[in-house]
Amino acid sequence: MNSGLKRLLICAALTLPAAIASAQESEVELQYSGADINDIASLQRGARNFMNYCSGCHSLSYVRYSRMAEDLRIPEKDLAANLMFTSSKPGDGIVSAMPADAAAEWFGKAPPDLSLIARERGVDYIYSYLKGYYLDDTRPWGVNNMYLPSAAMPDVLASLQGLQKAVYKNDKDASGNAHMVLAGVEALSPGSLSPQEFDVFVRDTANFLDYCGEPVKAKRQSLGIFVTLFLLVGFVFALLLKKEYWKDVH
Amino acid sequence: MSNDRVDRGAHGVLHTAAVTAGESLLPVEGVEEVDHSRRHLLTAATVGIGAVGVAFAAVPFIASWEPSARAKALGAPVSVDASKLEDGQMLKVAYRGQPVFVIRRSKSVVAALGNHDDLLADPKSEDSVQPDYIKASGADRSRTPDYWVGYAVCTHLGCSPLGAFEPNNPYQVQGTDLGQNWPGGFYCPCHGSKYDISGRVFKSMPAPKNLPIPSYTFSGDARIVIGEDELPKSS
Amino acid sequence: MAAAHESAGPGKGLLGWIDRRFPLSVLWRSQVSEYYAPKNFNFWYYFGSLALFILVNQLVTGIFLTMSYKPSAAEAFSSIEYIMRDVSWGWLIRYMHSTGASAFFIVIYLHMFRALLYGSHRKPRELLWIFGCLLFLVLMAEGFMGYVLPWGNMSFWGAQVITSLFGSIPVIGGGLVDWIRGDYVIADATLNRFFALHVAALPLALIFLVIAHLMALHEVGSNNPDGIEIHDHNDAQGRPLDGIPFHPYYTVKDLVGVMGFLVLFGAVIFFAPTLGGLFLESPNFAPANPLQTPPHIAPVWYFTPFYAMLRAVPSFWGTQVWGVLVMGASILVLFFVPWLDRSPVASVRYRGPIYKVMLAIFVVAFVILAICGLKPPAGIYPELAKVCTVLYFAFFLLMPWYTRIDRVKPVPERVTGHE
Repeated sequence: MNSGLKRLLICAALTLPAAIASAQESEVELQYSGADINDIASLQRGARNFMNYCSGCHSLSYVRYSRMAEDLRIPEKDLAANLMFTSSKPGDGIVSAMPADAAAEWFGKAPPDLSLIARERGVDYIYSYLKGYYLDDTRPWGVNNMYLPSAAMPDVLASLQGLQKAVYKNDKDASGNAHMVLAGVEALSPGSLSPQEFDVFVRDTANFLDYCGEPVKAKRQSLGIFVTLFLLVGFVFALLLKKEYWKDVH
Repeated sequence: MSNDRVDRGAHGVLHTAAVTAGESLLPVEGVEEVDHSRRHLLTAATVGIGAVGVAFAAVPFIASWEPSARAKALGAPVSVDASKLEDGQMLKVAYRGQPVFVIRRSKSVVAALGNHDDLLADPKSEDSVQPDYIKASGADRSRTPDYWVGYAVCTHLGCSPLGAFEPNNPYQVQGTDLGQNWPGGFYCPCHGSKYDISGRVFKSMPAPKNLPIPSYTFSGDARIVIGEDELPKSS
Repeated sequence: MAAAHESAGPGKGLLGWIDRRFPLSVLWRSQVSEYYAPKNFNFWYYFGSLALFILVNQLVTGIFLTMSYKPSAAEAFSSIEYIMRDVSWGWLIRYMHSTGASAFFIVIYLHMFRALLYGSHRKPRELLWIFGCLLFLVLMAEGFMGYVLPWGNMSFWGAQVITSLFGSIPVIGGGLVDWIRGDYVIADATLNRFFALHVAALPLALIFLVIAHLMALHEVGSNNPDGIEIHDHNDAQGRPLDGIPFHPYYTVKDLVGVMGFLVLFGAVIFFAPTLGGLFLESPNFAPANPLQTPPHIAPVWYFTPFYAMLRAVPSFWGTQVWGVLVMGASILVLFFVPWLDRSPVASVRYRGPIYKVMLAIFVVAFVILAICGLKPPAGIYPELAKVCTVLYFAFFLLMPWYTRIDRVKPVPERVTGHE
C-alpha cells in the first residue's frame, strides 16, 4: 500500500477519538467528581449516605445487600445494624419501602431505581446533580436543578449543603435577541457541612452509585492487567514461532 | 471437492509427495539449515501457553453453571419468630421451596413421647433424614422439647400432612377416626399416613419413614433460624 | 473407485479406520496442509481468519448468554442485569459478546476493504464476493436484532425507528411494519421473534454462508496483494511456485493475528467495555420506555454510515421512501462491484492514480458518514452527510468509467516479496 493511501487512512482513523468523545456529549458541562472506585472507605461512606438520605424513596433493586457487604468489606452484623432499614434479608435487593404509585402521585414521577444511573448518565452527572440545586419559587418544591431542569425531586441534601441561588448571564438566542441564561449557582446560606465536607459527601455518594452500576468493575480492571500481560506473552511466542517457520519461505 | 481436481492439476491440488514443513520450497543458495529442535521448542512453548489460555478461558463458562447469587439468595436460611405460639399451635414457613412446620408442644405431650414405641415403625429414627443433633435427642427429635421443627412433607408421596396435636381426640381431623390412644401428631389426608408429634411414622403406613428435619438453630428463646446448624460468628 | 481412496491409503490405527469411512485425511490435505496460498499475504490478510474466530466467539458466548437470558419484554432487561451480577462470570461472557459484535464489524469492514484494495472481487472470484455481500447483509440483520434483545431504551427506540422505515414503502408499508413487529408498536411479540431469529435462524444462515464462502475460495484459490494468479506458474508437480502450504505457514501466521487481536479485544473488555458509549450505548442502561425517547437516537456505530445516508436524502413528493431506497442501494451496489470494475489490473499497486484517489475518498467519506450518523442532524453534519453520500455512490457508479481510463502500471509475472 503506498504512503499516500496510508496517510489518508491514518487521517480517517484519527477522527475516531472525536467520534468516541462525541458519542456522549451533554448540554451543560459537568463537574469532575474525582470518584475512585477502588477507594473502599469512600464506597462505605457512600453506602451509608445512600441508606440514610436516598433509600427512603430510591431503590437499588439490582444490588443485593450481601453482595454490597462483601464487595465493600462490611461485616454482616454492621450491615444489618446500620444499613438495612426494612424487613429485607441480606440476599435481597435493596428496595425502597415507598410504594411506587403513591410516590408518582406525590412527586409527579416515581423516584427511579438508581441501580444503573451511573452507567446511564455517568458518575460526574450524579456528582454535579447533587451539587446543582438552587432556589426557584416557580417549582412545586421551591427548588430546581441546573443539571436536570424542572427536576421532580426535592433538594434532599439542603440541610447538609445549605441553600443555593441561581446566577444568570446575558446571552443572545438564535434570532439575536438578548435574554438571561443560567450560568451557574452560588451559595446563599450554609448547611451543617462545610463546602469541602459536602464535596466529600457527594463524591462518596456518586462513587457508591458508580459501584452499584457495575459491582464487578474493580475486579474486572485488576483481572484485566493479568489477562493483558498473559496475552502479550502469548503474542510474543506466536510471533517467534511464526518467524521461525517462515525462515523456510523465500 | 470432486476427485477431478486431483487429475486436473489445477488450484489447491493434492499431490502425492508430501511436503514436509521445514523443506525449503524453492532452490535458493545460502539457505540456513532448519533448526528442528528450536522449532519443536517454540511450538511446544506456544502450544503450552495456548493450552493454559484455553483452560483459563474455559473457567468462566464452566463456572457460569454454578448456582447464581439469586439461587443462593432464594435458598438462604429463614428466620422464624415462634414466640406467639401456644401449646398445640403450629406455624408453617417455606424454606428452599418446601414447607416446614414449627410446633409448640406442651410438657405433658413431650413427657408421653416414650409411651407408644410399639405403634411406631422407626421409634429411634435410625432411618430418618435429619441432622445429627436431632438423632441424638432421641424421642424428642428436636433441639428443645417444647418446639418441634420438621419438613411438612409426607415421606410417602410428598403431600403436606395436617396437624392433629390433641392427644386422645380421635375425631379432631374432620372425616377420619385417628383411633383410640391417639398420642397427638400428624395425619396425612392423601393416603392416611399417621405420625406422632415428633414426626415419627406409625407402623403399617403408606409412608415408609419419619418426617425429615432440616438444619436449624435458635437465635433467641423463640427465634428459630431454619437452614443453619449454628449461627454465623459475628466478627 | 479405488483411486478415490488411494491417497487415504491403508492407514494405520484409528486414523486409518476413520479415513476408510470419512474423508478426514483427504480433507486435511486438500484444504489445509497441501492447499497452496500465495506467499505474499500481508497485514490485510489477517481479517478473514479473524472474522471466523470472532464468529466462533459470538456463537459460544451467545449460547451461554441464552442459558440465562429471558426473551420477554417483562424480564429481558432484568435478566441482563442477572447475568451481569448474579451469574458467576456472567459479566465476562456478556462483555465478550458485546465487544465481539463490534469487533466483528471492524474486522469485516477491513476485510471488505482488502478486497477493494487488491481486486479480490474480480473474476474468477465474483461468487466469493457475492457470498461475502450476503454474509454482510445477514450479519447486519443479526447485529440489529441482537441489539434489541437487552430491551433497553435504545433497543426499543432504535427498533421502533428502523422498523418504521418500512412504513414509507407505498401501498404495503403500513401492513408490512405491523407484520414485522407482530404488533402495532415494538412489543413483546417483536422481542420474542427477534430472539428466535438472532439465536437460531440467522446463525445457521451465517454458518452455511461461511462454508459456501470458503468453498468458493478454495475452488479458485486466494488472490494476493499483487493481484496476479499464482497458479499461472506451477512447478513440475503442479504446485504454484509462489504458493506455500496453508499449514503450517498460515496457521502459524494467523495465530499471530489472533493473538494480536486478543490483546486489543481483552483490553477493551477489561478496561473499556462500553468504549465511551460506542460499543454499549448509555441510554441502553435504562429499561425500554415507550413513553420516553432518549434525547438522541442513534444506531450502534457500525450502522451509522448507512443511517447517515438514510437521513441525508430529503423527502420528495411527500414521502421519505427515497432515503430508504438510497440506504438499500448503498448495500446492494456492493453486489455489482465485480462487474463495475473494468480495470485491466486487479491490485491497487498497479492501478493508476484515479483509482487510488477514488478509493481514498471512498474511505474518508465512509468514516465521515459514520460520524454524521452518530451525531444529531444539526450544524454542518447534514450537509456533510449529503456530500459524502454522493462521494460514496460516485466510487461505485463511476467505477466502470474511471477504471477503464486509468493509467495502469505493468503487472509483474511473479509475486513481489513476502512478509
